[in-house]
Amino acid sequence: MLRVEAATRLGAFALDVALEVPAGTCLALAGPSGAGKTSVLRVVSGLVRPDRGVVRCGEDLWLDTARGIDVAPERRRCGYVFQEYALFAHMRAWQNVAYPLRGLDRAARRARAHELLERFGIGHLADRRPHGLSGGERQRVAVARALARSPAALLLDEPLSALDPRLRAHAGRELAAVLAEAGVPALLVTHDFTEAALLGDRVGVIDGGRVIQEGTAAELAAAPASAFVADFTGAVVLTGTARAVDGLTCVELDGGGTVFSTEPGAGPVAVSVYPWEIALAPPGSERAGSAQNHLPVRVVSVTAVGTRVRAGLAAPQPLVAELSDASVHELGIVPGASAVATWKASATRLLPL
Amino acid sequence: MKGWFGALLVAALAVALLFLILPIVAIFVDTQPQDLVASLGEEGALEALRLSLVCSAVALGIIVLVGTPAAYLLATRRFRGRAAVVTLIELPLVLPPAVAGIGLLAALGPNGVLGGLIEDAGVQIVLTTAGVILALTFVAAPFYVRQAQAGFEAVDRTWLDASRTLGAGEARTFLRVAIPAAGPGLVSGLALAWGRALGEFGATLMFAGSFRGITQTVPLAIYERFSTDFTGALALSAVLVALSAALLLSVKLLSGSAWLGGAAR
Repeated sequence: MLRVEAATRLGAFALDVALEVPAGTCLALAGPSGAGKTSVLRVVSGLVRPDRGVVRCGEDLWLDTARGIDVAPERRRCGYVFQEYALFAHMRAWQNVAYPLRGLDRAARRARAHELLERFGIGHLADRRPHGLSGGERQRVAVARALARSPAALLLDEPLSALDPRLRAHAGRELAAVLAEAGVPALLVTHDFTEAALLGDRVGVIDGGRVIQEGTAAELAAAPASAFVADFTGAVVLTGTARAVDGLTCVELDGGGTVFSTEPGAGPVAVSVYPWEIALAPPGSERAGSAQNHLPVRVVSVTAVGTRVRAGLAAPQPLVAELSDASVHELGIVPGASAVATWKASATRLLPL
Repeated sequence: MKGWFGALLVAALAVALLFLILPIVAIFVDTQPQDLVASLGEEGALEALRLSLVCSAVALGIIVLVGTPAAYLLATRRFRGRAAVVTLIELPLVLPPAVAGIGLLAALGPNGVLGGLIEDAGVQIVLTTAGVILALTFVAAPFYVRQAQAGFEAVDRTWLDASRTLGAGEARTFLRVAIPAAGPGLVSGLALAWGRALGEFGATLMFAGSFRGITQTVPLAIYERFSTDFTGALALSAVLVALSAALLLSVKLLSGSAWLGGAAR
């Protein structure tokens, strides 16, 4: 368990956060740039000392400003994957990974580094220098390096944003598997809610140095605490298996249900749709118009966000519809009610998984 | 490049090149190979060359040993009075060599500020080889420290942070990450400082004098021959030009090589 409490002045605003990350889980902090995300990681790793704070990882106390304890970064055992990866350009890939390995002779360090690179499928690139690697390869070297000295906690700063958009979904799934396998608390920061939802077991939305709301991605989208969180959560993501049908793509959703998309796709995919694209209709009814998608749902929650209302739905995967006040009253949308969620195939985006 | 402005640029470069190259070419044109060999064989010439190399190498060693950590501190820490410290370190750059010589005498000479201390310790500096080394160190150090500081400032700070989170303390981070990453800057600073030390004349003359075999470096030997043996002076100058050119060339090659990270830029 990683526990962080920190308060400090940060230029124009104050950082004030309290977080808990159980071992083997990933908390993703998502927020706009300048929200203080990276500062949280720097506090945890010891690169920045907050005015007040306590950082505890398992049995180890890393920081307690009240008691004057501030363990140096090199003795905190944090695996830190930096934004843009911060690989040492004057070292080969294996030398980067071997850098944190101490107390071994050169041959043993080399063997261990190769083993780690092999695990990430890039053993054959061990002798390359960072500038000779692609973005995805650099990311794997950076993760291998961060894992090399068996960290007690993992910190990741925008681990996917330096990658080609086409690679992100794949790299994200790979990274999620690595995080699960590492079995240590992982704290990840990103400006992209989808990335946070993909990688975080829980997501915290951070803005102005404070965590505004924390929960699973589905909880945040269905019941945002503020208009900012509602805007920030963006699209809802479902998973399923795609195949082509009559010029459209048909996706069998995991857990049941079928949706159509105008985008091409085959095999495992992520389906993304914005809550404001989704309308609700009475159960059994078929809405007129061009909406090809009709998914029977059960209403789980109803949350007012400004002048709009967000309805959390079980379809059975979690889904969110953003509705006007009027249609909520008209349709009698209350928790426990049944309805049909409808939206257009053209509003349904597909990402290969 | 077209038009009168392009022609102007080309003309300016041609004039500059001609003016800068002409004296150097003249040295070699006027030096006959047999004169070169003869004057090098002459008593004192080889000794001057040896003194120049040894004194500048020792001075450079001192400069690197002290200047590298000092430059790293200036590049990576912010503290009160930092700008003043940087300016003070750069001051010798613009100091006339004669003033440097007087200053060294005033500080370390027999009647200088620290003169008594040095005398009590039984050490002789003025008019000795040690004095030459001190003079060279004084005039050349700022060239290295300035370049080294710029080199360290150009190192990506997240590399230093990454090194810390990977278990390396500040010293290991300095040695394993900062120095190799700043390598090209350090080497070019080294070349500038060495060039300056090899050519040092005024401060050495005033502080250490010009005694054959003890304090007479190549520039002092050239000056001594100048009035009596112009051919000998020319020959020694040719040697110094060759040495400096070799220095410049090897530095250019070094800083472009991959092991210093040059290829990564």
